[in-house]
Amino acid sequence: MAVLLLAEVTGGELAMDATAKAVTAAQALGDVTVLAAGASAAAAGDAAAKIAGVSKVLVAEDASLGHRLAEPTAALIASLAGDYEHIVAPATTDAKNILPRVAALLDVMIISDATAVVDGATFERPIYAGNAIQTMKSSDAKKVITFRTANFDAAGEGGSASVETISAADNPGLSEWVENKVAKSDRPELTSAGIVVSGGRGVGSEEDFALIETLADKLGAAVGASRAAVDSGYAANDLQVGQTGKVVAPELYVAVGISGAIQHLAGMKDSKVIVAINKDEEAPIFQVADFGLVADLFDAVPELTQKL
Amino acid sequence: MKALVPVKRVIDYNVKVRVKADGSGVDLANVKMSMNPFDEIAVEEAIRLKEAGKVDEIVAVSIGVKQAQETLRTALAMGADRAILVVATDDVHADIEPLAVAKILKAIVDEEQPGLVLCGKQAIDNDMNATGQMLSALLGWSQATFASEVDVEGNSAKITREVDGGLQTISVKMPAIVTVDLRLNEPRYASLPNIMKAKKKPLDEKSAADYGVDVSPRLEVVKTEEPAQRAAGITVGSVDELIEKLKEAGAV
Ligand SMILES: Cc1cc2nc3c(=O)[nH]c(=O)nc-3n(C[C@H](O)[C@H](O)[C@H](O)COP(=O)(O)OP(=O)(O)OC[C@H]3O[C@@H](n4cnc5c(N)ncnc54)[C@H](O)[C@@H]3O)c2cc1C
Ligand SMILES: Nc1ncnc2c1ncn2[C@@H]1O[C@H](COP(=O)(O)O)[C@@H](O)[C@H]1O
Repeated sequence: MAVLLLAEVTGGELAMDATAKAVTAAQALGDVTVLAAGASAAAAGDAAAKIAGVSKVLVAEDASLGHRLAEPTAALIASLAGDYEHIVAPATTDAKNILPRVAALLDVMIISDATAVVDGATFERPIYAGNAIQTMKSSDAKKVITFRTANFDAAGEGGSASVETISAADNPGLSEWVENKVAKSDRPELTSAGIVVSGGRGVGSEEDFALIETLADKLGAAVGASRAAVDSGYAANDLQVGQTGKVVAPELYVAVGISGAIQHLAGMKDSKVIVAINKDEEAPIFQVADFGLVADLFDAVPELTQKL
Repeated sequence: MKALVPVKRVIDYNVKVRVKADGSGVDLANVKMSMNPFDEIAVEEAIRLKEAGKVDEIVAVSIGVKQAQETLRTALAMGADRAILVVATDDVHADIEPLAVAKILKAIVDEEQPGLVLCGKQAIDNDMNATGQMLSALLGWSQATFASEVDVEGNSAKITREVDGGLQTISVKMPAIVTVDLRLNEPRYASLPNIMKAKKKPLDEKSAADYGVDVSPRLEVVKTEEPAQRAAGITVGSVDELIEKLKEAGAV
């Protein structure tokens, strides 16, 4: 049984962590073919060929695939679908944009954010912001799935898959890319970092969010944020952790000035060690914290940064 | 231009969810239900487009149980002009899957011919994040998901999208499907006079069969469980103690 896996390709480069984690999930389903699609995707395809467990790589390079617009990318995947029983991807915003479109083109349901593979048709996925885990069995002939990367280890290197070049499907020409606004950062990427330090509304201002960043830098950590911190403009949208943001499961998650709403917990409660710093001892975040410190963050965070 | 806004009736986002003892799902009997928060944002955006003269009629649609009428009344009270209720089940615990919802919405789009469909990015109950994309595929329309800015200009719309790397702006041809994200706007509350007025706005009732759509699920629920609970943690008295504990745990 064959699996087609849409590699995460950004600006011609392979996002190794997300792709390699999806490879681990996909291997449980069958022989894995990786599709690297982009305006330039050859280098990404070569990188994917080295992931252990990948048996074949397809490289599709075309201007229409450049910014991973949903319509041409979904059309390409649907045109390849005949050869595969499973079509999968890491649950990134790109894949969440593209794969449901693919599923509808194939007249099958999407299985989004799967966290475990039970068998070739049966998967676990969280619902209600992770307050319930549902096991779902698909009756569709083809299964289209996005995998939540936080739940899978990355496949190692050492593969030597064959690489084949294919052509793009016809571009329906429905949308055009205009621009990206990407926050450049030297910090580790949020969803793959070993340590995440997140700030919430309690931090109080964009300037004071530097406290979070300084602590993160001391720990070599990625920076995250609650929705309230993002909505208030303290942090960029791509740092939001939660039900409708990113899901992280680092070795250490430090929540500062975050109350712990279920929508936030949904994005971080599988972290190995959770630290909460909050001045309100009743804050729900303390219910999931391994180590809770009831303190004013403006005292505790600088002290912590200095003493680490 | 007409705007179509699909709104879903879901458990209120403040309600503590309980898994049913028989594992069939989440207990929805006698819990507070509300409009999916993302759909409130979609309704608000449609109203703003109408206020800006870019939309002339807003049609809200909900698919599910008869009680979804209340959700539609909320949309009407916010400012939608009329509503279509598609009764597709009488079981409050049955969730109509995004593919079936998209098929019904496609049939309604074929009838209503809107220039824009504004969906939520995700329903907070099933967390699927799929319906808009699926509808777009079925219609062969352009698709802009996770919108934090919507700028309609004649035959196209410029949409800024919240993506993993930051923000992406695309330009889509109309008609288009847009799914809205949290930061697009802040939805208004319906005023009391508008709630009263909404009772008189037209609300058509249909059934899934009227559109010839089979809503039987493709995904069978094998079981529903509570997530694993975390072991109770401890409260530390000082930053020094925190650092000590973190070192013991090997976390720093
Ligand atoms: C549809 C929907 C989706 C959502 N998705 C997400 C999501 O993905 N992610 C997310 O995070 N939220 C999400 N939310 C929002 C969520 O419900 C909460 O509103 C949000 O998480 C609150 O953020 P917060 O904890 O930073 O703010 P608050 O709840 O306001 O908490 C601030 C905390 O800071 C503490 N504090 C204040 N000052 C200090 C100080 N000086 N020192 C120490 N502590 C201090 C306070 O005691 C308080 O506990 C969503 C909501 C909805 C409706
Ligand atoms: N039963 C439904 N009735 C009306 N709209 C729906 C329904 N299900 C999904 N939608 C729309 O599709 C969006 C995404 O839902 P989902 O794909 O289920 O996460 C929602 O925010 C609604 O706009």
